Amino acid sequence: MHMNEFTQQKYYRPYVSPFDPCPPIRVKSYVTPPQLYLGYQPYNLPQYQPQQALYAGTLWPALFSPYNGRYWGREEA
Amino acid sequence: MWIYEKKLQYPVKVGTCNPMLAKYLIEQYGGADGELSAALRYLNQRYSIPDRVIGLLTDIGTEEFAHLEMIATMVYKLTKDATAEEMEKAGLGAHYANHDNALFYHNAAGAPWTATYIQAKGDPIADLYEDIAAEEKARATYQWIIDMSDDPDLNDGLKFLREREIVHSQRFREAVEMLKEERDRQKIF
Repeated sequence: MHMNEFTQQKYYRPYVSPFDPCPPIRVKSYVTPPQLYLGYQPYNLPQYQPQQALYAGTLWPALFSPYNGRYWGREEA
Repeated sequence: MWIYEKKLQYPVKVGTCNPMLAKYLIEQYGGADGELSAALRYLNQRYSIPDRVIGLLTDIGTEEFAHLEMIATMVYKLTKDATAEEMEKAGLGAHYANHDNALFYHNAAGAPWTATYIQAKGDPIADLYEDIAAEEKARATYQWIIDMSDDPDLNDGLKFLREREIVHSQRFREAVEMLKEERDRQKIF
């Protein structure tokens, strides 16, 4: 599979009851990071510069997974 | 035999005195899916795993100790000068009664670390699948802690640690693939 042919976040719409006490979260999300798709890491993948690699936590952009907090789909989407 | 380098794997900076966050973060110190569990799990399983993946378990187990040290630094800084009253307000009254502001290997709910958190089944696939699961659970724990933290300096370190879980999971998955290969069968091309 080619890099970036997958998304790192998936969404679904759970059932919402008219009697749910908390304001409903209509769209729920979960994380699907790169290691689920990569298989054996191919040789000679592009690498970050050392400084950027340290910051990212990995040498390879193909393994990088950003996380900036969960998506809370409370608003009508 | 290990060689110790007197620096952290990634710099730890904590922006605010926030003992409440320490209470949550201790999950990654002495919790079931925390760094101590990870280090001890891998460094123990490696003795009875096929030769080809021993080195991987040694390397990752060693790195987990580097992560443990980062978590310890974060927890220490978050609680360093907190008074008894501030500890109580953060829900750490029970911790203070037993430990003062010292660190201890327990989870966010105060349950002490136990070897029942880890397993060595002797079956290489069972052990590696446990290791993959442990990495994904640790990744998820980092996500939930980042969700609750509003300290950008601390989150920077937590995001680094989360990414390392991903890389480790990738390597364990590759180890499974290696063990699946039919090495003993004659291949004719």
